[in-house]
Amino acid sequence: MTLTITVNGTRHQVDASPETPLLYVLRDDLGLNGAKYGCGLGQCGACTVQLDGKAVFSCVTPVAAVGERAVRTVEGLGTADRMSPLQQAFREEQAAQCGYCIAGMIMRAQALLDADPHPDEAKIRAHMQTNLCRCGTHMRILRAIRRVAGIPNDGAAA
Amino acid sequence: MNASRRQLLAGGGLLVAFSLAGHGLAQLAGGGEGGGAPKPVRPDLPGSLKSNPVLESWVHITPDGKITVFSGKAELGQGIRTALLQVAAEELDVPPAAIDFVTADTARTPDEGLTAGSHSMQDGGTAIANACANVRMLLTRAAAKRWGVAPDGLSTNGRAQVTAPDGRSLGYGALAADLSLQVEAVPNAPRRDPRHYRTLGHDLPRVDIPAKLTGGAAYVQDLRLPGMLHARVVRGPSYGTHLAKPQLDRARKMPGVVAVIANGRFAAVVAEKEWQAIEAMRVAQDSDYVRTLPPLPVEDGPHRLQKLPTREISVLDTHDGARPAWKTVRGSYSRPWYSHGSIGPSCAVALAKDGSLTLWSHSQGVFDMHRAVAELVGLPPEKVRCIHTPSAGCYGQNGADDVTAEAGLIAMALPGRPIRLQWMREQEFGWEPCGCGMVTQVEAAIGPDKRIAHWNYEVWSNSHNNRPVGAGGYAVAQQITPGFPAPPPKPIPMPEGDGDRNANPLYVFPNMDVRYHFVPEMPLRVSALRSLGAHLNVFTIESVLDELALAGGVDPLTFRLAHMEDPRARAVMIEATTRFGWAKRPRGDGRRGCGMAFARYKNIGAYCALAMEIEVERETGAITVHRVQAAVDAGQPASPDGIRNQVEGGIIQSLSWATREAVSYDATRRTSFDWGSYPILRFEEVPGSVAVHVMDRPGDPFLGAGETAQGPTSAALANAIADATGARLRDMPFTPEVVKAAIGLGG
Repeated sequence: MTLTITVNGTRHQVDASPETPLLYVLRDDLGLNGAKYGCGLGQCGACTVQLDGKAVFSCVTPVAAVGERAVRTVEGLGTADRMSPLQQAFREEQAAQCGYCIAGMIMRAQALLDADPHPDEAKIRAHMQTNLCRCGTHMRILRAIRRVAGIPNDGAAA
Repeated sequence: MNASRRQLLAGGGLLVAFSLAGHGLAQLAGGGEGGGAPKPVRPDLPGSLKSNPVLESWVHITPDGKITVFSGKAELGQGIRTALLQVAAEELDVPPAAIDFVTADTARTPDEGLTAGSHSMQDGGTAIANACANVRMLLTRAAAKRWGVAPDGLSTNGRAQVTAPDGRSLGYGALAADLSLQVEAVPNAPRRDPRHYRTLGHDLPRVDIPAKLTGGAAYVQDLRLPGMLHARVVRGPSYGTHLAKPQLDRARKMPGVVAVIANGRFAAVVAEKEWQAIEAMRVAQDSDYVRTLPPLPVEDGPHRLQKLPTREISVLDTHDGARPAWKTVRGSYSRPWYSHGSIGPSCAVALAKDGSLTLWSHSQGVFDMHRAVAELVGLPPEKVRCIHTPSAGCYGQNGADDVTAEAGLIAMALPGRPIRLQWMREQEFGWEPCGCGMVTQVEAAIGPDKRIAHWNYEVWSNSHNNRPVGAGGYAVAQQITPGFPAPPPKPIPMPEGDGDRNANPLYVFPNMDVRYHFVPEMPLRVSALRSLGAHLNVFTIESVLDELALAGGVDPLTFRLAHMEDPRARAVMIEATTRFGWAKRPRGDGRRGCGMAFARYKNIGAYCALAMEIEVERETGAITVHRVQAAVDAGQPASPDGIRNQVEGGIIQSLSWATREAVSYDATRRTSFDWGSYPILRFEEVPGSVAVHVMDRPGDPFLGAGETAQGPTSAALANAIADATGARLRDMPFTPEVVKAAIGLGG
């Protein structure tokens, strides 16, 4: 069936069965790379995008459930040439190894920073708890988020 | 060439001589972890130049000045592309941005064997450094010839130009037109002076990161070829099972399904869209399963290995005269089977067209793969091209090789259509080769002089190297008809070793008996996982050292230094502990405690020492790591921040292994199939801080830092727990239940 969704400010008509997870519509129908398939179970966060500013797992969000809510993916934040402040912070901190989790990390962190521009360390960690990184880039990801949150990066302890 | 450079080259020569005298050059040339290594044809040349001595294999310069450098090593998410680019830029003396860098493609790049075993800088980096130094030397000579001057007075300026003292300059493009790079390298081309490095040793931002932060096409998962179809494999819940009645006819009728492939017990569905393929796979898998291999070792865990037939390998047998034993420590140590736990399940794209097969794969061994998949699908190797394309981090042999072989089989059945196959999360957990479960046993003593008197050490392990070098190495090879038998597993010989990797202590101990009980039979399917056996061997050695130090009443750092002669090993231990504040550390008080550990990876790679402060919540057994301080000596760093990133990651991954990871199973199948049943460290559980100091070693040979933290981290954690609570934990993982029980028993 034909569904209409708004992604990064643009309305798209897509032909997909209603239960199709948003992840596959973003990747297959719209050709976006940011959201990744990691588990299909909402356990790892590699597929994280925002719906009306809230971080969600696109792998367990049926496309028909999106409705009028605005979808934002990492492509909607900035480009390699014009990065958003959070993307720039990830670049400054070299906060990636394989990077497969990173688009999801950025989208989840951005949702926090949009709701609370100055979260403390405990709040950042609790908010990021749902997203997995296997390379162990956590310390750098935290530094990148702190950079935007205005928390000094002096090896802040938990 | 200055004197120190000459000494360094001599040192490199010695290393090669050692490996030849030991167990063979091919080992090292193949990436140090087995594989169908390319044959060395010029053993006198450094690094991978041994097997690919012709300069044109490595460097192209067009008359208009376009520079391309080729590497047989692949970007596994560790920043090797950037580090190798820095090496090339430095030795060619050009800006990094001037180089088009091509990696691991069987049609374009030199065969450097596997990208594994922390060999990429040692072998690939060394080859590129010397190849580029050769090219810069030839360009300088070409300029000298044009100007009719001696080459000695000429230099390069960092901008792809040769310059003369009188101010004249010539671009590399113009000079390259005079040259043929169809010549073999010489072993002693002058290298750039480390005092004047422009790129090496500087923190060059990784070239692959911008795309990864912005949704660029960065991974094999992002390949979208015209007419591409999506495939999913249909199979039992884990390796060693098959479906009793796969519902292939039902799957064939599902929306979007283009084909159902069935060959023996191998089946796959192919659909226009990815979600359609997944839905068809789910329908097809609606079946009971049957176990086809012996039951999994539910009762014994890794101790099953001690009940299986072994092949005995003596690693060390030294006799220095009997010394009195004052205090003796005995213990058995173990780790369970681990999952690689890649965040992205393995994926490949394959296209069969006009009698050829092209594979886009994140395998660590594309050169082995193009031969092995050729055998599997019945094509000559020259008709199979394999192009390495990055994916999620693999940390060893995950499903990358298998998924590519399977994509190749599917593509051969559907010529002309590109096939993108990705495993599901549960398939990755269920079918990938695990990291080996292992067991060690030690009996060691100190004499009245508080020095080690003897050291008896045994390790039980399967092979850590079951990478496919022929068709039989793929799991699917035993599913198709006619199939290919799995090759017999083999240990990796020392000095690299596999189960016995780092079982030979770098410390100076007298009277050592170190034995590797190599176990051919594999209770679970296993292959390489980051650091192979070094993880448990370093864990064991460094745990026993703390136990002996405690028995003798000696500080753990003092005790280690008393047994260590290697000055670089001593330097990292002193650096890490000084930065940590070891001398003034809080002493174990029942909750808080500190521990340290050290290893030189494989005794021939990077040096790593680290110390950490932890806290144990006695009521629950939960461990909090407050801070970690490491020091690493990886020789000349390409990018110090790249090394820090690797070591930080290694520390966190090793903490995850040691505290919570274990592949679970019942008698018939693996039961860890998602992140709920295989938890790894999350943000609230990672340390408060991790600091990594990279030692400055100007001009020293590259050592490779990707695996050096795995052993020391788990060991330092066990030592910190013992310091905090008095309980010595010897069997990983240290889950809260295990810790709580141990504290109770330990008083």
